[in-house]
Amino acid sequence: MTAKLIHGYEVVIGFETHTQLATQSKIFSRAPTAFGAEPNTQACAVDLALPGTLPVMNREAVACAIKLGLALGSHIAPVSIFARKNYFYPDLPKGYQISQFEIPVVQGGEVEFFLGDEKKTVRLVRAHLEEDAGKSLHEDFIGQSGIDLNRAGTPLLEIVTEPDMRSSEEAVAYAKELHKIVTWIGICDGNMQEGSFRCDANVSVRKPGQPLGTRREIKNLNSFKFMQQAIDYEIRWQIEQIEDGHAIQQATVLFDPDTGETRAMRTKEDAADYRYFPDPDLPPLHISEQWVQDERAQMAELPRTMAARFVADYGLPEYDATTLTQSQSMASYFEDAVKLAGPKEQEKPLAKMVANWMLGELSATLNSRGLDITQSPIGPELLGMHVHYVFNQKVSNPKALFKALLEAEFKSFDNLVEQIDALVKAKDLTPMNDSGALEKIIDEVIAANPDNVAQFRAGKDKAFNALVGQIMKASKGKANPTQVNELLRAKLAG
Amino acid sequence: MTSTALHDLGVAQLAAELRERRVSAVEAAQHFLARAQAHQNLGAYVAVNPDITLAQARAQDAAIAAGTAGPLAGVPIAHKDIFVTKGFPSTAGSKMLAGYQSPFDATVVTKLADAGAVTLGKLNCDEFAMGSANENSAVAPMGFDAPAPVRNPWATDRIPGGSSGGSAVAVAARLAPAVTGTDTGGSIRQPASFCGITGIKPTYGRASRYGMIAFASSLDQAGPMARSAEDCALLLSAMCGPDPDRDSTSLDVPAENFSAKLNDSIDGLRIGIPAEFFGEGLAPDVRAAVDGALKEYEKLGAKLVPISLPRTQLSIPVYYIIAPAEASSNLSRFDGVKFGHRAKDYTDLVDMYKKTRAEGFGDEVKRRIMIGAYVLSHGYYDAYYLQAQKIRRMIADDFQNAFKSCDVIAGPVAPTVAWKLGDHGNDPLADYLADIFTLPGSLAGLPGMSVPAGFGEGGMPVGLQLLGNYFQEARLLNAAHRLQQATDFHLRRPEGF
Repeated sequence: MTAKLIHGYEVVIGFETHTQLATQSKIFSRAPTAFGAEPNTQACAVDLALPGTLPVMNREAVACAIKLGLALGSHIAPVSIFARKNYFYPDLPKGYQISQFEIPVVQGGEVEFFLGDEKKTVRLVRAHLEEDAGKSLHEDFIGQSGIDLNRAGTPLLEIVTEPDMRSSEEAVAYAKELHKIVTWIGICDGNMQEGSFRCDANVSVRKPGQPLGTRREIKNLNSFKFMQQAIDYEIRWQIEQIEDGHAIQQATVLFDPDTGETRAMRTKEDAADYRYFPDPDLPPLHISEQWVQDERAQMAELPRTMAARFVADYGLPEYDATTLTQSQSMASYFEDAVKLAGPKEQEKPLAKMVANWMLGELSATLNSRGLDITQSPIGPELLGMHVHYVFNQKVSNPKALFKALLEAEFKSFDNLVEQIDALVKAKDLTPMNDSGALEKIIDEVIAANPDNVAQFRAGKDKAFNALVGQIMKASKGKANPTQVNELLRAKLAG
Repeated sequence: MTSTALHDLGVAQLAAELRERRVSAVEAAQHFLARAQAHQNLGAYVAVNPDITLAQARAQDAAIAAGTAGPLAGVPIAHKDIFVTKGFPSTAGSKMLAGYQSPFDATVVTKLADAGAVTLGKLNCDEFAMGSANENSAVAPMGFDAPAPVRNPWATDRIPGGSSGGSAVAVAARLAPAVTGTDTGGSIRQPASFCGITGIKPTYGRASRYGMIAFASSLDQAGPMARSAEDCALLLSAMCGPDPDRDSTSLDVPAENFSAKLNDSIDGLRIGIPAEFFGEGLAPDVRAAVDGALKEYEKLGAKLVPISLPRTQLSIPVYYIIAPAEASSNLSRFDGVKFGHRAKDYTDLVDMYKKTRAEGFGDEVKRRIMIGAYVLSHGYYDAYYLQAQKIRRMIADDFQNAFKSCDVIAGPVAPTVAWKLGDHGNDPLADYLADIFTLPGSLAGLPGMSVPAGFGEGGMPVGLQLLGNYFQEARLLNAAHRLQQATDFHLRRPEGF
């Protein structure tokens, strides 16, 4: 499909995401990685770069890289190389950052997600292991800067995409999907406020068919909301510049949430020469096939695999399957509810019904209350029971039952059937299963509406619906619409 | 036994005296501390701390009495000031680290202490181990107010070699029975040769680099310096071994008792003689001494085998690209922010960096940082650094090829004997060229030794270099020991010491 154009320009976006790995200790030292501790209490001699200290690779961080590679279908390099990126900055204790340059640990792969109901694929270039820097604190020290090295040496995976995204919406959807994956596989806590998941967006615009335009990199986007605002602003700004006859200069920019604008930090001219070279303190990182297999065996089912299973086993549409695998809690909610809704033989229709309720009423309820699925007032047990009642036509008005369940307080889930039966009765939601009574109503409605009957017979379907409406009304909503349809059609045909 | 003779004893003998409790560790420590002070004009020591030394000695006396003593119990040693140590300043010979106190000990220091060695103090060296004459130290030696030359005890107007110059002098002048040194491009072997002592650099990765202030990470290696191969073997056995939790380049090769094969026969030992080590640049006096030692080997049953190390000349440019490249990055941490020297007055961050580093580093260090930054910079990396790495591999391959026809390789350590203080003062290139015979083995990561082989011009000592294949330290020490059984060069002492 062709990309959406903005004032005749095509937008091109690539992402670099710094994912802080949820390891116990730092990437090259034994110091802990806890967030929010007193400054410089989580830094050991290695992190302070004291003379004589040397880096030693944390295997846990490598395991995280392997997991990401497995999750994204990447090549996991059997041998990768650590390199030094040399630059001076007070919160960079060694005067260089240990990173991977020419041969990264994770190569290729892709992230798949839905934008609306359209399936998108963003290709990865690579993901490499590196250490985070410390923090410079400028606020608390007049005329001086404080340095907190607690974060120094925290393991990061920098995940780099091809410039595959064509709109800010797609970029945000990609970022959300990546966020979902790294938290799903447990390599990152996903806390964007604490900087555990930091995105840089490379944005450029071009006329369709033209080569890539000059890009500007928006640094440190740490919320999905700002991400969208920043990219949208940047797109507008670049198009305006070009329309005004100015060429775009390659630059690194920051987004200011207060003004909603991006501004340049540095341009290409003052880009540093990082003098990358292989770190002689660290031998090449070898990852055996066995190690990869071990990680694979221990890994939870991946969202992609799980979604495919939901399609195959439950017969769900791909969109539903993808949406239900947004998080592990969502997916397990779904599977628990399906199990409780009815027997295995009816699994497919039950599953579709559970999915519909989850993605419809339940999702709307949670959104309006600002809750996530783990905080849902209706747990998978209740939703499963609810679907059971609806599926088996044991309730006249499904929405009313849902609402009742939402409000009801269950002290325990013992005798749940009895409790819900009582609720159905109390709310007067028992369906009209007596076909004699229904037939009586239908006959009365037919007799009372000869015009509609005549119109239907003349071929007007609308008239049929009007009759159904009358019957439903007369039954006070308790009639089963399917049954009404069948009986009415039979009688009118007769 | 009278304490005046203590400094005549080698490590092996002294350890035996201590074990037999004919001398106490405290007496031994006091004796050498006194000698260090008496001969402080040599500039060998940069720091002592008698309180700590004597406390360690008392602990060793207790261990000996309790029967829990290690193999080096009570033996006083001193460390090159490139190793970080608790209780003594750790300066790397640099103003940048003047007075710096490390919160931890280097692994090698710990291992020697675990074996029972007592630390006498820290020894002078070229700043960040960069130099071949120990003329680049920015630290005032013990007894001096300002930096002063380290003097060769065989002729005090001559350099001791470098960068482990203070280490070599301490052993040669009997200011310590044995010491540690480090060798990046010859910094153990060359000063050992110039001072008439024995030194060994093990295979790269056998001794942990943790706590060695880094010069060139892919080359730096610790080793012992002592009077004899027998003594070196004792120290080296304690120094080596894997250190996987602290140094990723430390090899998973178990510690070894290097004394075990000292006395093995060397009948039939094939000694490779590289033609390139005996060319034009080699001074005749050095050549004569080396030839004399090789004749001794033939008498002991060894066979001399002509070999070729065709890229010997290239080792100089290769080394002076790779070592400065690594150094330029290793020394970036000295930025005035966290520890060490910081300039007093500055206007902003960049000004602080510039002044701090301009004041803190000496000329040779600055020169190498600039060379290193240049060869790593964008557009030059491929032509210099990458090319150098390729040739480095070829040099290593040349050795493997040579070891097909020989067991060890022998040749001179340096083209000349120790030169006069200040002779190379304005010509760093002269220093670099003098490293030609030690650099190939360093680049290949091979173990290498210097063994006293005779005397040359001005009565100055000449060392024989022995190079072995990877992990062949025991064989080198065996060959060196057999030579020392047949000669007395290692027993000669400079007059007055």
